[in-house]
Amino acid sequence: MTALVEFGRVGFAYPVPHRTARSFAIRDLSFTVAAGEIFGVIGPNASGKTTLIRLLSRVLEPDSGDIRLEGERVRRLTRAAVATRIAVVPQSLPQGFPYTVEELVLMGRFPHAPGRFFESEGDRGIAVEAMTAMDVLELRAEPLDRLSGGERQRALLARALCQRPRLLVLDEPTSHLDLRYQAECVGLLRRLNGSSGLTIILVTHDLNLAGELCHRLLLLADGSAVREGPVESVLDEATLEAVYGCRVVVDKHPASRRPTVQVVWPGA
Amino acid sequence: MTAGTRLLAVLGALALVLAGLALVALFVGSAPVSPRSVLAVLAGRAPAALEQVVVLDLRLPRILAALLAGGALAVAGVGFQGLTRNPLAEPSVLGVSSGAAFGVVIAQVFGLRAGVLDALGLTAFAFAGAFIAGLTVYGIAARAGGLPVHTLLLAGVIVGIFFSSAITVLISIVDFDRLGGVIYWLLGSLAPIPVGGLAVFAVVAAVGFWLILGQSRQLNLLALGEEGALQLGVHAERVKRRIFAGAALLTAAVVAFAGPIGFVGLIVPHALRMLLGPDHRVLVPTALLAGGVFLLAADTLARNLIAPAELSVGVITAFCGAPFFIYLLRARATRIGP
Repeated sequence: MTALVEFGRVGFAYPVPHRTARSFAIRDLSFTVAAGEIFGVIGPNASGKTTLIRLLSRVLEPDSGDIRLEGERVRRLTRAAVATRIAVVPQSLPQGFPYTVEELVLMGRFPHAPGRFFESEGDRGIAVEAMTAMDVLELRAEPLDRLSGGERQRALLARALCQRPRLLVLDEPTSHLDLRYQAECVGLLRRLNGSSGLTIILVTHDLNLAGELCHRLLLLADGSAVREGPVESVLDEATLEAVYGCRVVVDKHPASRRPTVQVVWPGA
Repeated sequence: MTAGTRLLAVLGALALVLAGLALVALFVGSAPVSPRSVLAVLAGRAPAALEQVVVLDLRLPRILAALLAGGALAVAGVGFQGLTRNPLAEPSVLGVSSGAAFGVVIAQVFGLRAGVLDALGLTAFAFAGAFIAGLTVYGIAARAGGLPVHTLLLAGVIVGIFFSSAITVLISIVDFDRLGGVIYWLLGSLAPIPVGGLAVFAVVAAVGFWLILGQSRQLNLLALGEEGALQLGVHAERVKRRIFAGAALLTAAVVAFAGPIGFVGLIVPHALRMLLGPDHRVLVPTALLAGGVFLLAADTLARNLIAPAELSVGVITAFCGAPFFIYLLRARATRIGP
């Protein structure tokens, strides 16, 4: 098993502009993600999940430690080189100019030839392929602001595929989706992981989604790793209760037999 | 149709309109020059010296100045709207226009003349003012680390207000007869620019245009958020610096040679985005021609509406621009609305 991503004792703190502001920091974080797995990153609010994505995608540079991608240090790679290997699917898109689905998806080709002014014929072919795979080809001329949440999610996934990455990083992929699209999203991710062996890092609040989809999990709290390992060992009642500060019951999904986490609501 | 072929089609159509309009502008004006004499001048057989002066030394440079100024303002507007992700941002929000205006007022009020650059005296002062204002805005924004777009906008507005107040102070303490030129200039006018000036104008505008055009693909990605752009391999800080520098150069050049002409940098980019979509690789080159067409049309009206007197071109752009803008907003609302 080769490590695709390797965090080695990574430390990072945001610069604190005011003395009163609470400073957040990643401390001594180490974990590895193997090629071909679906790896989940879970944890409470402000545990460092988003910062982890930013460090991995070189939006932020670590203060200490090493982040390696296929054995190479991320900080030695150019931005474009990182973007040809890692595709990040954001939670949402900022409101802005109404690009069409096709324009959005073609943006995924930028890191492959940043000096080019217009995309090549080959780029457009790859975009059509990606839109077909994510079932948004018929929406190619639609502006983004006219899509439903599920359609927008699929368009963003198509852009990510258009980058031809080895690693797909998803930030809360199901948070804006209703049940049908959540199911669809899980199906899509399983298919991508199964058919093309794409490695996936799933960053989410949704412990049931993580339990259903992931092979291994990393549980973060206050910028440090609490536990890393197979799903069953991380989704453990005592560990989760200590980290989240509330009572939970871990059970098995009646259909899939995967672990589920339920809150025991207080006051009843 | 790919973006490339669509761009060529739009540019071709705009070039035809521009050529036709420029030809019309050459034939009309307050001076009584018959169309036949204009043709004679163009053929190199001037019937009289006066007609030659009117056509070649007054109308032609003025047409070129209008095309340059309009194109520069529209391109600066596209760049700055894309950078700030705000379709209402205008080049004057950079603070550069007010800085340039301050430079001109200083020159007029104190009777200063740049000896070496006599022909370009006011222009040199305008450029100096624009340069100081632009650097101040950039300095304020860059101190926050990186170049945060919100800080950039705020800094631009604040620096603009500062220089406007300074202008008001100077105007109120100086005797009135010195100020006629200043006030005319502050309204924005396209008086004929000498050939040397036009050349400087063209070179500065070309540099600004090139800076923005070179970043237009990156600007598309940046328009969907800075973090996303970084994750797609865009050097966001470099893009922001170049767009700011390009927009500042273009705005400074226009203000220095023609005064602060409003509305062009707001309306032309907005209209083009509604008609052609938000792809900056299409918008930037198109804006260069469409801005020129718009300002040339406005200036031709300004020269002829109340001939032999002349309106300020800024008045025309505002009067044409506002209703056009309302029309576009309504058209868009009906297209999208229920």
